[in-house]
Amino acid sequence: MSAITTLNGSGELGNVKWTALSDCRALIGRHLRHLIRMPEKLVSATLMPMGFVVLFGLLFGSVISVSGGSYQEFIMAGIFTQVMMTCVPNTAIGTVEDLRNGLVDRFRSLPMNSAAVLVGRTAGDLALRAVTVLAMTAVGFAIGWRIETGFFAALGAYAVLLLFGFTMSWIGAVLGLVARSGEAAATMPSLLLMPLMFLSSAYIPTGGLPGWLQAIANWNPLSAVVNALRSLWGNPAATDASVFTVQYAVPLALGWMALILLVTVPVAVRRYRRAVAR
Amino acid sequence: MEFAIQAEGLRKAYGDHEALRGVDLAVEPGSVLGVLGPNGAGKTTIIRILSTLVEADAGYAKVAGLDVTQQPNAVRSRIGLTGQYAAVDERLTGRENLELIGTLHHLGRSEAKARAADLLDRLDLVESADKLSRTLSGGMRRRLDLAASLVADPVVIFLDEPTTGLDPVSRTVLWGMIREQVKRGVSVLLTTQYLDEADQLADRIAVVDSGQVIAEGSPDELKTKVGGERLHIRIAESADMPEIVGRISTATTATPLVAEDGCTVSIPVDTDFACVSTVAAALDGAPVEVREFAMRRPSLDDVFLALTKNSDEKERTVA
Ligand SMILES: Nc1ncnc2c1ncn2[C@@H]1O[C@H](COP(=O)(O)OP(=O)(O)OP(=O)(O)O)[C@@H](O)[C@H]1O
Ligand SMILES: [Mg+2]
Repeated sequence: MSAITTLNGSGELGNVKWTALSDCRALIGRHLRHLIRMPEKLVSATLMPMGFVVLFGLLFGSVISVSGGSYQEFIMAGIFTQVMMTCVPNTAIGTVEDLRNGLVDRFRSLPMNSAAVLVGRTAGDLALRAVTVLAMTAVGFAIGWRIETGFFAALGAYAVLLLFGFTMSWIGAVLGLVARSGEAAATMPSLLLMPLMFLSSAYIPTGGLPGWLQAIANWNPLSAVVNALRSLWGNPAATDASVFTVQYAVPLALGWMALILLVTVPVAVRRYRRAVAR
Repeated sequence: MEFAIQAEGLRKAYGDHEALRGVDLAVEPGSVLGVLGPNGAGKTTIIRILSTLVEADAGYAKVAGLDVTQQPNAVRSRIGLTGQYAAVDERLTGRENLELIGTLHHLGRSEAKARAADLLDRLDLVESADKLSRTLSGGMRRRLDLAASLVADPVVIFLDEPTTGLDPVSRTVLWGMIREQVKRGVSVLLTTQYLDEADQLADRIAVVDSGQVIAEGSPDELKTKVGGERLHIRIAESADMPEIVGRISTATTATPLVAEDGCTVSIPVDTDFACVSTVAAALDGAPVEVREFAMRRPSLDDVFLALTKNSDEKERTVA
């Protein structure tokens, strides 16, 4: 054994960062291969969101109006966010699948970093979502959505969006490890997230809501993400731009996501360390 | 001497169900221990504790000289695990599966590739190496699964019911692969529900039932404990049984044992094969319809019946 595998106090192998990285890279590779081999998944991950954009943008765009721009421009951030939430069931189902077929037992019997399997899956799902986002962007442009800001702000918005998807994936990983059933893991989040979605600024301008509802909708973490996207893309805001949650949407969104990751990542990794196939 | 696997007083409870109730095991380097037991005996739980997947509630275990709870990662780099359910990634090819395992063992890219190619070759999987694992047959998948546990040249391998559900041909192939590993000096702990599998492969057998080792020994020792081969005679009418038993008793010194159905009688044969012809001669011309006249090895059922009966008797004599 070489020097890098000397034992530290707890008796574990020394914390060698680069092996953790190579573990993650290997497992991300595994999931990218999966994507290539499941063209049907790629289709469902692009066609459905594209349909969403057309449906919401064109149908609602003709009946709802917002100040400071078109409804199409307003709603894109909402649709992007909504679609990113499908990372929850997606990752949950994949995690359950790994538990079912005994792969987790095999991975856990290897001298590898225990977070790598989850990183591989969440990052793999993120790659799929990046394709989704590209497809949606194209359709969005076709129905009249425009980015009004510069290159870096626009790129920042995409980064926020993908980070949001990544965060949702970790929630999915926790759910999958806890529920251990694909169906439960898929239905639980929609029950939870649907009300959150409609009580946010995703589809409606919050300025017109009654006071208490407006407070909820403004402080909703989903609203933070949606508001951040709108401000970075220069799209119409959900309410008066001087409102605190709109003005500081980007730091709020980043704060929310950091908080969620700080909770879900350790919980998922701890759960995973004790998980065995059944 | 340092054991390849050594476990003492392993206990594990799931809720208030005790899966293991104090298990002791020892495996000498380069030997095979067969853990034999029925469904729910605790075989998988033993393997999971020894392969660092599950922590025991009590007791301690060393694998390859390392404590499984203190140095799990060091243990993991020295073992190979083939779980009860074939753990292959169905959406990767066989080759990709093995290369992934090699990479996760930190062998380095080219070494991982080389080992994968070598194993595919040795385990006769070359033809299907680049097909998606999903399309492989159960037997090939199991072989690939075993290959995956051999990627990093482990010194100890754990095999949880490696041949359950395989046809006789695949079974024999897998047995050969396991023997080859033993020849290279690898120590093996395998679980099985089949006595003949343990008999074929194991140097020593531990019989577990309800989370306890109820017997341990070499296959021969266990067989003598259970009794060796028996001659079974089945007749059409139970009314004729006294006649048959009488004839057997006069012809041989063995004590005939009549089964519960009243139509089958058996006598131990062990190595005294002459008694087979003696009994055959004694039955010749008897006014009885003999349906079956056959030698039978003890089945797992017999082993359990005999062993649990023994322990019952011991308890009774102690009491
Ligand atoms: N994760 C778990 N949660 C609850 N109970 C469990 C768990 N794992 C095992 N058990 C219980 O512990 C007992 C021993 O299980 P184990 O899987 O070790 O048996 P086994 O000998 O491998 O059986 P089989 O031949 O069916 O594979 C069983 O009664 C089982 O129901
Ligand atoms: Mg089992």
